[in-house]
Amino acid sequence: MTELLPELLLLAGAVAALGTGLAVPRGRQWTGAAVAVAFLLAALGAAGWAAGRPDATAFDAFTVDTATHVTRLVVLGATVPVVALAAAAFHGHPRETEFTVLALLSSLGTILLGASSDLLVLTAAFLLASIPAYALAGFAKDAAGTEAALKYYLTGALFGIVTLAGTTVLYGLGGSTSYAALHRALPAAPPGAVAAGAVAVAAGLLFKAGAAPGHFWVPDVAEGASPVAAAYVTTIPKAGALVALFRLTTEVVPDVPQWPPFLAAVAAATMTLGNLAAFRQANARRLLGYSTVGQAGFLLLPVVVAASVPAARAALLFYLAAYAVTNLAAFAVVVATGRDALADYAGLFRASPALALCLAVALLGLVGTPPTGVFVGKFLAFAAAMRGGYGWLAALAVVNTVASVFYYLRWLAPTLAGRFGPSRGRSLPGATACAAAVAAVALGVLGGIVR
Amino acid sequence: MTPVPEHTVLTLVVFWPLAAALVLPALPRRAAVAAWAAASAADLAAVLALWTAYDGPGLAYQDRVRWIPSVGAGYHVGADGLSLPLLALTALLFLCCALYSLRTRTRPRAFAALFLALETVCLGVFAAQDLLLFFVFFDLSIVGMYFVIAGWGHGDNARSALKFFLYTFTGSLALLLGFIALYLDAGTFDMAEITRRPVASGGGLALLAIGIGLAVKTPVVPFHTWLPPAHTDAPAPGSAILAGVLLKMGTYGIVRVAMPMLPDAWRRYAWVAVALGLLGVLYGALVALAQRNVKRLIAYTSVNHMGYIVLAAGAAGLAGDAAARRLAVSGAVTQMVAHGLVTGALFLLAGVLHDRAGSYDLARYGGVARAAPRFAGLLAVAAFASLGLPGLSGFIAEFQIFTGAIGGGAPVAGALAVLGVLVTAGLFLGVLHRVLLGAPGELTPRVTDVRRAELAAVAPLLLASAAIGVAPRFLLDLVEPASATLIALVAR
Repeated sequence: MTELLPELLLLAGAVAALGTGLAVPRGRQWTGAAVAVAFLLAALGAAGWAAGRPDATAFDAFTVDTATHVTRLVVLGATVPVVALAAAAFHGHPRETEFTVLALLSSLGTILLGASSDLLVLTAAFLLASIPAYALAGFAKDAAGTEAALKYYLTGALFGIVTLAGTTVLYGLGGSTSYAALHRALPAAPPGAVAAGAVAVAAGLLFKAGAAPGHFWVPDVAEGASPVAAAYVTTIPKAGALVALFRLTTEVVPDVPQWPPFLAAVAAATMTLGNLAAFRQANARRLLGYSTVGQAGFLLLPVVVAASVPAARAALLFYLAAYAVTNLAAFAVVVATGRDALADYAGLFRASPALALCLAVALLGLVGTPPTGVFVGKFLAFAAAMRGGYGWLAALAVVNTVASVFYYLRWLAPTLAGRFGPSRGRSLPGATACAAAVAAVALGVLGGIVR
Repeated sequence: MTPVPEHTVLTLVVFWPLAAALVLPALPRRAAVAAWAAASAADLAAVLALWTAYDGPGLAYQDRVRWIPSVGAGYHVGADGLSLPLLALTALLFLCCALYSLRTRTRPRAFAALFLALETVCLGVFAAQDLLLFFVFFDLSIVGMYFVIAGWGHGDNARSALKFFLYTFTGSLALLLGFIALYLDAGTFDMAEITRRPVASGGGLALLAIGIGLAVKTPVVPFHTWLPPAHTDAPAPGSAILAGVLLKMGTYGIVRVAMPMLPDAWRRYAWVAVALGLLGVLYGALVALAQRNVKRLIAYTSVNHMGYIVLAAGAAGLAGDAAARRLAVSGAVTQMVAHGLVTGALFLLAGVLHDRAGSYDLARYGGVARAAPRFAGLLAVAAFASLGLPGLSGFIAEFQIFTGAIGGGAPVAGALAVLGVLVTAGLFLGVLHRVLLGAPGELTPRVTDVRRAELAAVAPLLLASAAIGVAPRFLLDLVEPASATLIALVAR
């Protein structure tokens, strides 16, 4: 059982937070968040301890290797600031602790998603990661949030069913749902059917990652849900989903020749659609939503060549970590300022230099400007793609990166001039933004030493 | 000397301005720019000490730290005869810009901190001995200059800043793809190692990507369209750094990366560099002739002057007399320094005009020599230096380039490029005639003479130009061995 210690601690944290929330009065609901953070930190410690131990497998379905270690660290590490943001944003809210509990449960599902090496566990993890996230999206119970949650749920239900269908097909072809058994059996099966099954399994994962064609919910949830929920669903599920796709690519269908071109097409479509759609947005969160779609496209780059380029794994995992802190920094600034319209950010540099600096680091970081972590991640991803013979995809990613500069700067440029309106001044989200921005730079500067 | 280990001294020089920037928030607003000047002065002194102590040839002051070992990239800095002149130029220009900005009123602390950070970035580009590190600094220079233009510019500066960012960022990403291609071939990002075992044959695509990246930054016609608006709307010190230092990163990349690491491809496509260089020389000069806005005019003369460098680098790759090709490379490096000094001075002087009268329109000035004699003297010296008058740095540079090109592999292009000097001579004489002489113009009454700080900012640049013009040995002794090494590397 020690292999699953971080997951068990996370589950215990969800239960303990729920219990605390039930026991304490509304004015002191923050204790629920404190309990959750304590368990998250304990789980992080356990994950760090586990990372130093040899690889293992639990129940023949849960792989504990480098990819799982990084998924754990990224998901747990990114959940802490989300819980902190939620504690500030929903302070005094009647269902304050519920948000924390749902976030922890969804994080648990996300880790399982990244670690599972069995299709049935993958589908179960998909549901555990998704269902709390639907509730998070509609948490505010307002019109926009409800619409976002419904759209999120309907898309998720559709793509989830397709994944289940793909699981059935692969089981029928390979006689097992375990990745190792499938890998042995599938080469004897009809290649067209194998490809179709694998593509169907990938559907749900692409939905979770916010990649085309499962990306339609992303902008609506980013804009309609509460900012904290938006920060959560655009950051954390990506980690589990992309690592799961990575496992699918390397452990189930490494020999299917159509698979990398398929993923390459998905990556190309995702980054291009996300970036082009972000161009004209006037709402900061909707812009960030499309930006996360674009980032999903870049994150798919190492997955495309995962079967043939050993360096792809490090590229994906590093990029995921860097993306998570950078994206959270941007959302934390939105929470701290409480503003959505890009024009409302005018004069931020004068009114609150620290926050403006965090925003600059986050947005330039998302562009991939050195020395931030996303730069190192993007660079490793480009290098992996070029080594794997996908130079055209790297070139397309470069074109998309340039295009992304345009809309990130549309947000950043107004902060340099003009007057900032009266602000509410929230300290915890501001501190979260600063911590995430510092982490975004530190990951880049200390890149090689961390890995 | 302080007991600093020799290998960390260059790292200290590079990061000293950034460290100074970090303590600026603790200082009072009024002292910020003075602190910038002090920090830059100390850095300049350190660079000059490195120059004096350098006994080349080859890399000195090397420092290595592991960074991303999995792809063979690390923090590796060093300096040689190609980089030391540019390090000195950078330190001097930043000091002069600090002196010029002493009276800045708009957010002086942020302004000084930004420039100090930019100084570290610029020094880093010229000190980097690792392609990835080079790229990091190269890219950050764009970010820093974006904030300078967007935050302290005038006119339509938000648009110009965006255009600047988009164009040069495109270039830098093309550069990154080229660097990755070099890495995939060599298995490392270390410049010295790649230079030792260059891409034997082929490398055309890598050179194309790197060439586009450097061409945008230099800028080479037809990739120059971002330059005039960026210069026009930037504050004067921003223009001076942009023209004086940032443009050099493009041509420095040619002599540091493109030529020694892709010698085969460079020799094969050297005629492209010759043609584009010649195009830049003639096009820049002719378009500058038609400008009424003094900053746009100087910007286009930059296109012209950078064209000579590209032409020289191309000529050095063509078959021909080795001595002539060495001369072309020395001329190119000298031209980088000369252009940095003189154009920096010209942009600061244009800033003086704008500061007094709020306009860059040449037609609205006239007879300024009577009202502002010291300004007139400085402008005259800067203009003559820019047009290549003997006794000033431009002449030494362009003479070497023409001799190298005509005596080497590109006699026709070299001869045609001389026409560029003719046009710029006419052009600058026209400017002097229109601004300094004649009847007083509409804005002339508002032009007062240069202040002491402005004089202290511009005079050192022109003095350095004159020093190179009169006694160039101190520079050429440093550059010529490096040129010889480079020509030997290209000939492989």
